[in-house]
Amino acid sequence: MHWKHDRDSQQAPGDPTSPITPLRRLPTGARLPLALLLALLVSLIAAGCGETATTTSTAAPAEATTSAGEPADAADVGGRLVVYSGRSEELIGALVAQFEEQTGVEVEVRYGDTAELAGTILEEGSNSPADVYFAQDGGALGALAQAGRLQTLDADILERVDPRFRSAEGAWVGLSGRARVVVYNTGKLTETDLPASILDFAGPEWKGRLGWAPTNGSFQAFVTALVTTAGEDATRDWLEGVKANGPKIYESNSAIVEAVGNGEIDAGFVNHYYLFRFLKERGDAFPARNYFFPGPDIGNMVNVAGAGILDSAANVAAGRAFLLFMLSEQAQTYFAEEVKEYPLVAGVQADARLKPLADIQTPALDLSDIDDLEGTLRILQEQGIL
Amino acid sequence: MASIGRPARSIRAGLPPFPFLIPGLLLAAGTLLPVAYLALRALGAEDLAELLLRPRTAGVLLRTLALALSVTAASACLSVPLAWLTLRTDLPGRRVWAVLGILPLVVPSYVGGFAVIAALGPRGVLQTVLQPLGVERLPEIYGFPGAFLTLTLFSYPYMLLAVRAALLGLDPSFEEAARTLGQSPWGSFRRVVLPQLKPALAAGGLLVGLYTLSDFGAVSLLQYDVFSRAIYVQYRGSLDRSLAAVLSLVLVLLTVLFLAAETRVRGRARYHRSAAGTARAADAHRLGPWRWPALAFCGAVALLGVGLPVGVTGYWLAEGLRHGESLGLVLKPLLNSVGVSVLAAGVTVAVAIPVAVMDVRFPGPVSFLTERVTYAGFALPPIATALALVFFAANYVPWLYQTLAMLVLAYVIRFAPQAVGPLRTSLLQVNPHLEEAARSLGRSPLRTAWAVTVPLVRPGMAAGAALVFLTTMKELPSTLLLSPIGFTTLATQTWSATSEAFFARAAASALLLLLFSSLSLPFVLRGEGGTGTGRFARRRARRPG
Repeated sequence: MHWKHDRDSQQAPGDPTSPITPLRRLPTGARLPLALLLALLVSLIAAGCGETATTTSTAAPAEATTSAGEPADAADVGGRLVVYSGRSEELIGALVAQFEEQTGVEVEVRYGDTAELAGTILEEGSNSPADVYFAQDGGALGALAQAGRLQTLDADILERVDPRFRSAEGAWVGLSGRARVVVYNTGKLTETDLPASILDFAGPEWKGRLGWAPTNGSFQAFVTALVTTAGEDATRDWLEGVKANGPKIYESNSAIVEAVGNGEIDAGFVNHYYLFRFLKERGDAFPARNYFFPGPDIGNMVNVAGAGILDSAANVAAGRAFLLFMLSEQAQTYFAEEVKEYPLVAGVQADARLKPLADIQTPALDLSDIDDLEGTLRILQEQGIL
Repeated sequence: MASIGRPARSIRAGLPPFPFLIPGLLLAAGTLLPVAYLALRALGAEDLAELLLRPRTAGVLLRTLALALSVTAASACLSVPLAWLTLRTDLPGRRVWAVLGILPLVVPSYVGGFAVIAALGPRGVLQTVLQPLGVERLPEIYGFPGAFLTLTLFSYPYMLLAVRAALLGLDPSFEEAARTLGQSPWGSFRRVVLPQLKPALAAGGLLVGLYTLSDFGAVSLLQYDVFSRAIYVQYRGSLDRSLAAVLSLVLVLLTVLFLAAETRVRGRARYHRSAAGTARAADAHRLGPWRWPALAFCGAVALLGVGLPVGVTGYWLAEGLRHGESLGLVLKPLLNSVGVSVLAAGVTVAVAIPVAVMDVRFPGPVSFLTERVTYAGFALPPIATALALVFFAANYVPWLYQTLAMLVLAYVIRFAPQAVGPLRTSLLQVNPHLEEAARSLGRSPLRTAWAVTVPLVRPGMAAGAALVFLTTMKELPSTLLLSPIGFTTLATQTWSATSEAFFARAAASALLLLLFSSLSLPFVLRGEGGTGTGRFARRRARRPG
């Protein structure tokens, strides 16, 4: 059992056995409560130190800086790498295992929510055990970069990826992409029935035919991008127009794809890869397909999952190796084939059923800026959508 | 009021004896860490006044209060009848109903919220069933109705456990005296039993109310805009820790209001028997034909609180398996969950005892504040508490950071009031003369506490341990951020699978979570077993002759 092992291997402030010896002479009735109290004391003193022991804190950052300042020798990959990952074990666990096998680096991953892990790194400061931060979206990486917590990456990492999908300052790099698309029912619509822009869905001809998921993070990121590119007024107009069409509300992207498939609605706004899970499970007869707008349209906004190396990283060399591995043909092919996301490295093909990334032209957008969820939620609430 | 035998020297200082005082103060310091952190962070907020004074904040405040108060009131309406029916009547299957009544507590609110939406939402099961009858649209579940229903269903057991412990410790002779004085059964319940349950209702209500303030799983799924959701948006959406801290401090203020209200309600009355001798076990009231509505009531509560989440997760499991999803079950998360929850329950109850003893037996400003302060960590959104501990531990005690000891400490800080509340209620029912007798026979305060007090407050210990165990089983934010790296539990497995829509896997973990938590409940009920006095009396009564 993992927790038990950990307990044995450290100082175990909760361990009641060590401080009990002088109590042996006491009557048995008193021994246990006293032991409990002592155990408690020891463990709580440890916590209490947090309030006063400011002196110890000065030593710790110094250590961290020296280890971070060590030259990153690419040949000397090895040791232990700590990754904080907002992407789940279901998605990247297999890749991490492959990386360990190939490099001999021992990787430990803390899985969690993308934003909460970013908050954790900010709180940990220079004492952060993490070397690499792997995020579900560009916004959280942008926030860490803005706080100065990400190292500038080397050109050999950055230049593998189109500048659209990496930080302008070189603080993080996109590892895979996902596009916003319209999923439509092939029994009711053909591509020619669908409009040239997502903004056209505000028109009255779509009354009672649409579905959306206003609580979904990817939808909200799209609205944020819409505000950034088209302005707040245009965004409000669009939201109002779509809302007037009485769209059905769903909890998630996959619920929308399912509803489109069973004909409950004609079309819905989703991320591109959910459809492929249904096609895999239900077969190609599943009557739904993704629609990409013909011209440059924010409706096909591409967001990324990406990663950066922390300024306080203890094992920069392994961190670099990790990013290079995630940008290798092997890992990019995994993203393309297993997760059905867009590979971001030239030479690896996306799923043939997807519109090539090079052909998706969205208005200029810095993905680091997609982090004003608060503003987006305010708009959605004021429009009566949330 | 008399005490465990206050040693003469500490009267001088006006303080409880050090063996109680020092652990109590340490626990209080621990629970204040998150508040200290929030104050630190709030100092960094720039547009503080603008944030607090904008019109939306007032609306959020009103909705938060409305939700917390209505959920608390509804929990009382469920808990008192459930506790009375399962303890004091001949209701068929009482123990089963008791277990089913407590079980909803183990349902994580994000699973409960999904279940409510799946069953009662716009395209839910109920809608599908009613469609042929011409029902086009169910009443809106999003917003207040759904949040109220979800939080009531999955937090009322806090109140139920407290009321059960109090009913078990209640000397039936009070009630019998009322009956012999001509009160009807209802009259004696209303005039004698109900007032005696006041401290339990207040303590349970406090836990329910504060849980409602802190929860964001249910309110975010059901889209009800309260403080915890606003805080969640700040942390998750904008990564703005300063504004999140300001909003969290408003929650701290609300907590203080709730604590003050509970202090007023519970008063300083005594609830123990004063005559010599020990209490008998209460006679079971015969329900007669009333057993049918009683069964319907228990059945309805169990259907919503247990049937709903089990049904929905069962459906996910079946659907996922039908579509060929693999379960990938492993033993480790289960062992981790159970192991760490047992550890957290034991440590929390151990540190709660000195706090409860101080508060009940050594009343005074220090004892009072110590006990009240332990609630600080409970009403805050778990993510705020978790980040506070990340900050203090990573920067000041890095050797403790992200170790198992750290994780248990986090659980203790978050869940301490769940053990302090029931222990306090139990202790109020123990006549201090029993402890004084032990003291006069030459036992030290500590030995007295161990040999007399602890056995007598067993119902409170069992209820407290059960609460901490069950809530640790489903705890997520602290586990994700503070556990040793690679430490997975059933709750983290459920969450991880849900976030990627691997519903069969999520359901398998969630069902295991429910199953293993429910296996603990019969032990909890056996551990309750009546107060020490009631138990001894029953044993004696069973003896022939």
